[in-house]
Amino acid sequence: MSDILTASVFASTLRLATPYLFASLGEMFGQRSGVLNLGVDGIMLMGAFGAFYTVLITQNLILGVLVALIIGALLGLVTAFISVTLKAEQGISGIGMYLFGLGMSELLFQKLIGTPKSISGFPPISLPILSDLPILGEIFFRHNILVYLAFALVPISAYILRSTTWGLMIRAVGQNPTAADAMGVSVTRVRYATVTIGGMLSGLAGASLSIALLNVFQQNLTSGLGFIAVALVYFGRWQPWGVMLGAVLFSFVQALQLQISAIGIDVPDEFAAMSPYVITIIALVFASKQAEKPTALTKPFVRGDS
Amino acid sequence: MLKQIRLFALVAVLLLTTALSAVHAQDDVFSVAVVSPSATTDLAFSQSMYDALVLIQEDMGEEAFEFVFQEGTFVVDDAAVALRDWASSGEYDLIIAHGSQYGSIVEELAPEFPDVSFAWGTDENTFGLDNVFAYTVAAEEGGFINGFLAAQFSATGNIGVVGPIEVGDAKLYVDGFKVGANYANPETVVNVTYIQSFSDVPLATEAARALIANGADILTGTAQMVVGPIAVVQEEELMWFGTQASQAELAGDVGVMFQIYRWDVILKDMIAAIEEGTLGGETYVLTLENEGLEIEISPFNTVLSDEGKAAMQEEIDGLIAQIIAKEIVIFPEEDMATAEAMMDGTAEATAEATTAP
Repeated sequence: MSDILTASVFASTLRLATPYLFASLGEMFGQRSGVLNLGVDGIMLMGAFGAFYTVLITQNLILGVLVALIIGALLGLVTAFISVTLKAEQGISGIGMYLFGLGMSELLFQKLIGTPKSISGFPPISLPILSDLPILGEIFFRHNILVYLAFALVPISAYILRSTTWGLMIRAVGQNPTAADAMGVSVTRVRYATVTIGGMLSGLAGASLSIALLNVFQQNLTSGLGFIAVALVYFGRWQPWGVMLGAVLFSFVQALQLQISAIGIDVPDEFAAMSPYVITIIALVFASKQAEKPTALTKPFVRGDS
Repeated sequence: MLKQIRLFALVAVLLLTTALSAVHAQDDVFSVAVVSPSATTDLAFSQSMYDALVLIQEDMGEEAFEFVFQEGTFVVDDAAVALRDWASSGEYDLIIAHGSQYGSIVEELAPEFPDVSFAWGTDENTFGLDNVFAYTVAAEEGGFINGFLAAQFSATGNIGVVGPIEVGDAKLYVDGFKVGANYANPETVVNVTYIQSFSDVPLATEAARALIANGADILTGTAQMVVGPIAVVQEEELMWFGTQASQAELAGDVGVMFQIYRWDVILKDMIAAIEEGTLGGETYVLTLENEGLEIEISPFNTVLSDEGKAAMQEEIDGLIAQIIAKEIVIFPEEDMATAEAMMDGTAEATAEATTAP
């Protein structure tokens, strides 16, 4: 057992969870305000490419992150315009955004870069003293800055949702937009803001892949990771800590199956590969029984409608 | 009136001549259409086929050979649409479905278009159809050589393999690699992680990290997701052995050697067969013997000395000669049945695993 549950497995869990966490937290804000965005994966791809290309030509990692945030914000605004202003069917428009991101990132990659190249991404930062702690040091305190940022966003998001006026408005708009509107809250403005923030965090999720965890870009780099992130919002019952739990659980099972293979234990690969999804689905079944789904999720707001 | 008739006749002759010239020119051009599951820049499966077609075009000239390449078609249903469109257009001499997940489509389409030549791989099954070529690759040969050399380079005696799905040429390569490593050093441990995806770069990257954390000082892998593990190997300053296409430029100083698929070797044979009227019914295999497999020592590796590379080349040449002469049998006969059984039904497994979300 000690060969299986090693410090590196838990450290790998935190790394794997990072892009899920960024994307899921962003999607959570949007869904809490009533907007579903299935285009997360497409925005991640565009953010990943933008960050990677920026770093490739400038060697400036911070600039790469900024570019990913800007791209995510712009695509979030587009998503908001389609879903909120045009009141398009959110599921279908999200798929459209996904296909756009998938195709455009590939086109830009082929035209501007051409062949896979590697860069020097965010290096691991060993936190003084803490990184020297036995076992815990390797697990928690030797990661790149985006890993720390992703997990730091969890309590920040929880605080915003629970303890700020802005969070109250988000929750009100997602539960009862008519009542919120009657109280003077601009439903449109709130939804635009949350979906844009969601886009920014999706862009950052992509950047965490291309300039921190992988240091490479390729066609369909995310490989559907954005869709898992959307599912994790449901798993987490639209709560930041729940989302984190889901991301960590899913990633832990992935890391565990990799470790089992790496030490030569003969487990059927198909079983190992499906286990993260099976366990997440089981947990989702139990979690959804008590879920507080935003009542107005996927419902466009029209003033005057009850 | 007579003048008008003469003018009309002249225009008609000119138009007819132009049309005939166009048809005649088109008949002189050998046209190929290809569908593949990943990008032509994947440094792996699709790129090897694309590079082969470019080579053939350079040999034959653009006026004699042209091709269209639909890449990134990992959704099998989308590939079916493309293949049907090409077949019904009548414009292509050869339609290639480059991916074992497309087998069922080819099997269904080919009988509907008996005058169109199809090719698909990697597999040996022509479905008993006269207009289907099948092609595959003896990837275990280069895998053996890679494994043999890797075992000699490994200081820890622990080598890691990041594999996609345990099917087709990926399985052959990995199995051959393991045999080669243990042939050089029976004590060598080769740990294999199949991540059940050809394209999941994040998962492949973490698989590489897990293998290294457990003692591997050399990695290898196959399929387009290897770009992730290569980046990890660079970070850790270890060694990388590759296959399918050359990843030498990406890998830089950590890239040691690569098995390269030379699909042009068999494509030329197919083209010749089609031009002689044989549209299918044959299976082609890339091997070291027919020079369909090339073993390249990385020209981008500046860590290995020239003398070291020369010694490696001598060893590689010796192994190639032994494999061709059957002095080295990579898979003894009793293991072949198992390998062939694994090849059966691989198309279905691959199709399920490569469907987009």
